[in-house]
Amino acid sequence: MPKRNDIHKILIIGAGPIIISQACEFDYSGTQACKALKEEGFEVVLINSNPATIMTDPETADRVYVEPVTPETLCKVIEIERPDAVLPTLGGQTALNTTIDAAKTGIFERYNIELIGASIDAINKAEDRELFRDAMNKIGLRIPKSGFATNMQEVEETARRIGFPIIVRPSFTLGGTGGGVAYNMEELADLAKAGLDASLITQVMLEESVLGWKEFELEVMRDHADNVVIICSIENVDAMGIHTGDSITVAPAQTLSDKEYQALRDASIAIIREIGVDTGGSNVQFAVNPENGDIIVVEMNPRVSRSSALASKATGFPIAKIAAKLAVGYTLDEIPNDITGETMACFEPSIDYCVVKIPRWTFEKFPETDDILTTAMKSVGETMSIGRTFKEALQKGLRSLEIGRAGFGADGKDPAPGSVAGTDLEYKLSTPNSQRIFYIKYAIEHGMPITMIHELTAIDPWFLYQMKQIVDLEKQLKLAGMNLPKDLFEKAKKYGFSDMQLAYLSGGLTDKQIEQKRKALGIVPVYKLVDTCAAEFRAVTPYYYSTYESECEARVANRKKVIILGGGPNRIGQGIEFDYCCVHASFALREEGVESIMVNSNPETVSTDYDTSDKLYFEPLTREDVLHIVEKEKPFGVIVQFGGQTPLNLATDLQKAGVPIIGTSPESIDRAEDRDLFAAMLKKLNLRQPDNGIAYSYGEAVSVARDIGYPVMVRPSFVLGGRAMKIVYDEKDLEEYFDLAVQASPDKPVLIDKFLEEAFELDVDAISDGEDTIIGGMMEHIEEAGIHSGDSACVLPPYSIDEHHIRQMSDAAKAIAKELNVKGLMNIQFGIMNDTVYIIEVNPRASRTIPFVSKAIGVPLAKLATKVMLGKTLKELGVTKEIIPSYYCVKEAVMPFDRFENVDPVLGPEMKSTGEVMGIDKDLGAAVAKSQFAAGQKLPKDGTVFISVQDKDKKAALPVAQRFHDMGFTIMATRGTVTFLEENNIPSTLVKKVSAGRPHVVDAVKNGEIQLILNTGASSQTQRDGYKIRRAAIKYKIPYATTTDGARAISLAIQAMKKEKLTVKPIQDYHKEN
Amino acid sequence: MKALLALEDGRTFSCRSFTGPGEARGEVVFNTSMTGYQEILTDPSYYGQMVTMTYPLIGNYGVCPEDVESDRIHVAAFIVKEYQEFPSNFRSKGTLADYLIKSHILGIEDLDTRALTRHIRKSGAMRAMISTTDLDPESLVARAGQIPAMQGSDLVQYVTTRKPYFWKYNQPDYVDAKSLEDPFIWRHKGKKHSVVALDFGIKYNIIRCLENAGCEVLVVPAKTDVQTIKRLNPDGIFLSNGPGDPEPLTYIVETIRELLDNFPIFGICLGMQLLGLAMGGKTMKIKFGHRGGNQPVKNIDTGKVEITSQNHGFAVDLNTLDKSKCHLTHINLNEDSLEGLKNDTIRAFAVQYHPEASPGPHDAAYLFNQFAKVMEHAKA
Repeated sequence: MPKRNDIHKILIIGAGPIIISQACEFDYSGTQACKALKEEGFEVVLINSNPATIMTDPETADRVYVEPVTPETLCKVIEIERPDAVLPTLGGQTALNTTIDAAKTGIFERYNIELIGASIDAINKAEDRELFRDAMNKIGLRIPKSGFATNMQEVEETARRIGFPIIVRPSFTLGGTGGGVAYNMEELADLAKAGLDASLITQVMLEESVLGWKEFELEVMRDHADNVVIICSIENVDAMGIHTGDSITVAPAQTLSDKEYQALRDASIAIIREIGVDTGGSNVQFAVNPENGDIIVVEMNPRVSRSSALASKATGFPIAKIAAKLAVGYTLDEIPNDITGETMACFEPSIDYCVVKIPRWTFEKFPETDDILTTAMKSVGETMSIGRTFKEALQKGLRSLEIGRAGFGADGKDPAPGSVAGTDLEYKLSTPNSQRIFYIKYAIEHGMPITMIHELTAIDPWFLYQMKQIVDLEKQLKLAGMNLPKDLFEKAKKYGFSDMQLAYLSGGLTDKQIEQKRKALGIVPVYKLVDTCAAEFRAVTPYYYSTYESECEARVANRKKVIILGGGPNRIGQGIEFDYCCVHASFALREEGVESIMVNSNPETVSTDYDTSDKLYFEPLTREDVLHIVEKEKPFGVIVQFGGQTPLNLATDLQKAGVPIIGTSPESIDRAEDRDLFAAMLKKLNLRQPDNGIAYSYGEAVSVARDIGYPVMVRPSFVLGGRAMKIVYDEKDLEEYFDLAVQASPDKPVLIDKFLEEAFELDVDAISDGEDTIIGGMMEHIEEAGIHSGDSACVLPPYSIDEHHIRQMSDAAKAIAKELNVKGLMNIQFGIMNDTVYIIEVNPRASRTIPFVSKAIGVPLAKLATKVMLGKTLKELGVTKEIIPSYYCVKEAVMPFDRFENVDPVLGPEMKSTGEVMGIDKDLGAAVAKSQFAAGQKLPKDGTVFISVQDKDKKAALPVAQRFHDMGFTIMATRGTVTFLEENNIPSTLVKKVSAGRPHVVDAVKNGEIQLILNTGASSQTQRDGYKIRRAAIKYKIPYATTTDGARAISLAIQAMKKEKLTVKPIQDYHKEN
Repeated sequence: MKALLALEDGRTFSCRSFTGPGEARGEVVFNTSMTGYQEILTDPSYYGQMVTMTYPLIGNYGVCPEDVESDRIHVAAFIVKEYQEFPSNFRSKGTLADYLIKSHILGIEDLDTRALTRHIRKSGAMRAMISTTDLDPESLVARAGQIPAMQGSDLVQYVTTRKPYFWKYNQPDYVDAKSLEDPFIWRHKGKKHSVVALDFGIKYNIIRCLENAGCEVLVVPAKTDVQTIKRLNPDGIFLSNGPGDPEPLTYIVETIRELLDNFPIFGICLGMQLLGLAMGGKTMKIKFGHRGGNQPVKNIDTGKVEITSQNHGFAVDLNTLDKSKCHLTHINLNEDSLEGLKNDTIRAFAVQYHPEASPGPHDAAYLFNQFAKVMEHAKA
């Protein structure tokens, strides 16, 4: 059946901001779908609030609404656009939920709009636990037995029905406390009693425990002619009990015989049919009992997912693209397989390599949270690696993680042998955590039998033996020392050992010496194709991975080519924004007729889509791996300035190895990063930076801080990304900081900067060809200086900055760009205090805000910067003047606090946000309101606002309180604030602090008496009370602000909302106004 | 232990034996199934062939007595990228290496199996030698060239059963050859469809699938004569899969031709090729064959696609068939080749692929029920 011609206009719902469990995989799938549908001649309308996505580029869809992904917005867009169909299965859980909620309003019937991909019925059947259970039972499959109980008698009855072991989960608790696994009635009685107490509604859920069962996922596709294919099987190395997003996984499944695999295949096909997903992809998760092969269905996602993105990258089969085509009427047998070019998409990929995915966590950002993995996902990113053996793929994956490891240990980063042992080691093995893979290594080294490691971890012995083989070889390598014989050398590379590891194991050689020896022996990697068919057919799409074998398949073209180094795994501080820039670089190269070669290890991204660039190398971003590609391809240049910190860290090493880095030189990058060089440059240009100094001891720190004057910002020189950075107000604070956080030493000094208190902070992005510099955009931070720019909301153009300061900043940016001979992008952070403009930081490279600015002004800065790097001037590119939009664009950060127990959700100098959203409107307040809704803050129009601010913020809070009062809000406050407000003639009602007895403010939150919370305070004294209020806000999903600036913005937003209903408008229409 | 694989066209791969010393000869082919190595090893259709698994890690789940497709290993040698010596699976009863060693079958690893696969794809399946003793490339290549070609040889004689058997307790229940003279040999006549399966190298799972579809299967040697079969008066005839070239099997083609008008017939793989020959068509050797579990086949009647298990190096030439007498039922989606044919008037049908799977997907299992239905109609 060919394409439908009864529909013409299709609305696609995006996933919104990057949050934990919903990352850029949905940009990848959404972009694929938009492209596929446009190719087919459909008019594509898109809603997505995430400006850092490729899918919200004005070229990706015909009309792009950068608006909150909420049922309200969806309805508004539908009313304007009147699409024929809505495709809800490509934007993750957000898109599904938004669709279900919008459907309840009857809007789809009202405008006769068809849901394509999955119907509301199918979505409900997969999402509703009871409907799902019935559906599974109907086809002879089962899900874990479970039941609710509200008293001990019910607990006993339910337990008898389920059988032990049983998982006890109290319903609705603060902090998920009170749960556990019970192996007998006695344990159950204890656990259930505690659970009933902990539950706010005195209820516990009892569930059949499948902890320790093996976990598998199958990616299924179905077309409307009922053809069904399995694209990929994935086996979780970590057994049931850890969220699959937090599990190390491998494709294809490794420990299933054909009989068992076919049973899962049959089940998956039956499930997609029974749930009734008409067209598209679904993900089915199974638990398999390792003792007897019993199968339990864990869940089914009737949409593309993180796993489907992984499966697409692991097999070369573009699930989202095909899903989009199936949704508009094609059948699988009508769609060609792009990779081979000669076969059809109706088949099941066969792969001839092993794929390993490893999650990337950022527990270091949230020290208050225990590094423990459970069924709630906590990782923020992942890497994928491909090898011809599991061992090779595992080691490549570990060195891709950007955690400073060169592989599976053997890099000098492990604790001394024997120092981790005994119950400590057993605890680390039996309690899943982000470092467990390394503890397995220590256990093997310690001589712990595989059977015991298996008992402690529930990881299948097959994987453990693979790890043991690596450890065994490591021992041999260590014995061989500096004179590695060729066969052992070769074996080491086949086992995935990096030159760094071999250098460490040699006991004296450097990785460069290892490299020389290796090359002298002729041991170099070859590149193999990911071709969907295990070489059965010729493949046309150049998607490569490295391995150590005999035949290289890389087709090296004899034309001008440029390598783009991607950003590696997403983590906090380095996310989708950099992938966006890399993808634009690729687009620019293509436009200029230059071959684009992408190198990256992140399977979630658009950059690792096989048709983004002319060539894709799915490889770790390390010096060794990148150099091999450069040696093979001999490019005209390598772009390092778009992929964030990862490629930037390689720049100097690569240049030393003779790699042509194009764009701004590594020396210039260094001039901006090196403290002394930077100060010298600013002096030369007659620009000011906040006073600063460096201290090698506590004593020195005290005197430096005295000279500069408090408050100061202190941070260790050796950590990046704002880690352990703190604003210090007096000597006592400083002492505490040194006591708790850092120790200054000659090789690890502490940097001290004057803190610009209550200063305005601005981010400026500019593009330069070395001669001319054009300001891309100036963004005024909503929060005052001191909050990491990545976590601060900002507004483009600035809304409260004097004209002469703007001119000063613009001039400074131009002078710096010229001085550094910037060829490409540059970001500067400015602070303005007491009428003085300070330069806080200069980064001569793509910044996190490039996609936001590009969306705001309608100019693709990263693309243009790439063309500059290739030698074009800005004049030639027609970039001659700064665009200052006539509307406001607000960027708001999205925080992961709801994922991390015990973390105080206050903003500070260390970045903690995972994503961002954009709100656009003529009116500043409305733009802020949109950004808040997009970020998940449901701002109220009336009700009660709770205000509690520390003394230093009281003055600033006053006008905000006044505005809420004027707007008719009831103000609730604790004693101190009530008195202060009374003095200023603002009435308020008193509520007790948590520490002052009940009923207190948290009770009021629970009882739904508070609709908005303004609570500031980062210092340790306010911890106790403020912390409880802030956590309650998160738990009960009450909008909140933790800074007075944030509160002021919210008050403006509510004012705008009360004045006028928020409207929607596509980004293309905004851009026409520029 | 060091080993060498030498292809007749001169290409060699140094490798390692994981089953001790030995030599092996045969035609090198590749299989793209990611699971099911034990079923592949014991599939009689691989007789005389050295099978390369394109999936690089083999041996992961060990071996299990229930997963055999015949009474012994039939491949001439087994070629993998990395043998897994520590299997893990609750059904596993031993390692793959021990299993091969017990049958004196050579297993090699540590060679670029993807390069080998690409070579076969480009140059076609070819004869090859593996040795752990003769490591001289020139000598081994020369010896590879002397292996008798598969084309024109009757390989069925080596794999067909010597004695007839029924299927009981999930295994063969042999009966005396003489008992075929007895038309009352059937144990469930009337209750089950009595099927004579001509064994050219039948896979056990075919018998299981037929039994599940309500058949009582009597497996008989390939050379069983027409009169004997007619005397058994079965409800249907099954033509099994098997190794090698169908053309030299003239004695079987004759038998089939005489059975055509009298019985419903169902053929699989070699069975289809032989049926094609019996209906006047011709067969040919295809370049590197279809071996794997992911071949898409379109059912022309329903328009639906089945993902199929396949294993064949020869095929019926579509153009040589008399279109007025038989028609195409299935085609390969990737290359429009013939995958199934049917002749309504004589109630015979066959497929080139393996609906019994094992290893592979179960999408085409309906064909066994279809056969049962044809037999029912014939009775009515």
